[in-house]
Amino acid sequence: MRAIVTVIGRDRVGIIAEVSGALAAAGVNILDITQTVTREYFTMIMLTDTSGFGGAFSELADSLEAFGEKLGMSIRIQREDIFEAMHRV
Amino acid sequence: MLNINEILETNEMIDRQHLDIRTVTMGVSLRDCAADSADVAARKIYDKVTRSAARLVRVCEEIEREFGIPIVNKRVSVTPIAAVAESSDAEDYTVFAQALDRAAKNVGVNFIGGFSALVHKGFTKGDARLIASIPRALAETERVCASVNVATTRAGINMDAVRRMGETVKSAAELTADSGGFACAKLVVFANAVEDNPFMAGAFHGSGEPECVINVGVSGPGAVKNALLSARGQPFDAVAETIKRTAFRVTRMGQLVAREASSRLGVPFGIVDLSLAPTPAAGDSVAEILEEMGLSSVGAHGTTAALALLNDAVKKGGVMASSHVGGLSGAFIPVSEDAGMIKAAQSGVLTIEKLEAMTCVCSVGLDMIAVPGDTPAETIAAIIADEAAIGVVNNKTTAVRIIPAPGKNVGDVVDFGGLLGTAPVMPVSGGSAADFIARGGRMPAPLHSLRN
Repeated sequence: MRAIVTVIGRDRVGIIAEVSGALAAAGVNILDITQTVTREYFTMIMLTDTSGFGGAFSELADSLEAFGEKLGMSIRIQREDIFEAMHRV
Repeated sequence: MLNINEILETNEMIDRQHLDIRTVTMGVSLRDCAADSADVAARKIYDKVTRSAARLVRVCEEIEREFGIPIVNKRVSVTPIAAVAESSDAEDYTVFAQALDRAAKNVGVNFIGGFSALVHKGFTKGDARLIASIPRALAETERVCASVNVATTRAGINMDAVRRMGETVKSAAELTADSGGFACAKLVVFANAVEDNPFMAGAFHGSGEPECVINVGVSGPGAVKNALLSARGQPFDAVAETIKRTAFRVTRMGQLVAREASSRLGVPFGIVDLSLAPTPAAGDSVAEILEEMGLSSVGAHGTTAALALLNDAVKKGGVMASSHVGGLSGAFIPVSEDAGMIKAAQSGVLTIEKLEAMTCVCSVGLDMIAVPGDTPAETIAAIIADEAAIGVVNNKTTAVRIIPAPGKNVGDVVDFGGLLGTAPVMPVSGGSAADFIARGGRMPAPLHSLRN
């Protein structure tokens, strides 16, 4: 399943490394990354493939959210379809 | 790949503008639950609902998590109970409402609709018994919603039913006097009721519907209002375009969720209802959209035109986004559930007369309006008759959900809690309609009902 990971928070060293490390550990493959820093805020969008993750989607979402809290960032994962539905005819 | 701004915009709509799926409603046919014995029929009803909707809440929660979009309500609508209960020996149909209530609690839905009867042309034995049972059934259950259709464009208005519903609303209020007449918040009187409405309290599973079906109601007044900020000061052409674009996006999301729920539950997809349904939360208000168009308060002159534009643009934007649109589809104006309406009603700018005019151009009718507890049953019936006439003549659905709050007067406030919100008690016209309502009989269908 293709899913979008959104990471938002205050910029600092190592965010991409930490988040991609967590995704790799969960078996989630990163297909594309876009990121930007506006003032001190870091925003990253990752297109991922979650088929390598063994458990339920909600477990993955919960663990990423918890991991985000540990880093002081907001991390959420959502199926790509919702964005496609809203923005592509 | 998707553009970063599109992703952030979607999440902003969800996080800050209350964009959500308002309801996923499973329609369940109970036609096979009739039985000679009321106890047997009640058990069959309970078993069928709990079996059909067993996975509804869990599946919706999975979808919420995967898409990151809240599904606020999960609900069930059933075949009008009058038709199912009619062949049983029961005289009081409260027993069936109790079975529905238990089933709703068992499957975890917050409302179950369909304690209903369709009497636009007359009453069967079961219809009369159901209507007589409504006050007690609503007072003694928590999650059951009742509705009665008293008029259609094709049949005209059943004025005997209108009179009876005036009395029913009054006794439902009196039986629940200690909660401000709460039972009336679960009772809708319709003209031109639709068979696939997913929204409560008026949802029921119509006779042309399949065995089981998934209908979805979207919402998002906050998202529409926010989009309109970018069209400030521009002509109405730009306003209409902006609303259409937002409605399209919101509906696409509803369609996606509807398809997903339908395929996971193994139940056919019915319709997406393109409604703008407010909640009492700040920033989730239809009134605020109208005010963003340039009115100092909803209820000011210009409100009807603003609402007409909004209602039409929502439909135009939404209709291309979904393969099947249905239900009530339009803007809802429930007074107690909309922070902007509550404020306007309290300040006296929004009156029942203006709301009545607004119902000519919007989705439903006089919705969640509290009136003084001593309002006579005939006056309530006359309010129902006026709304029914608007629906019948204009070929649209109209409804009345009115609460004559026991012991309350104009200026008081009734708090229903949760999504049903807070209703300021509004004044009704002082004139009497007693002799008018006492006539009974049927008002003939309008000329344009003869379309064949």
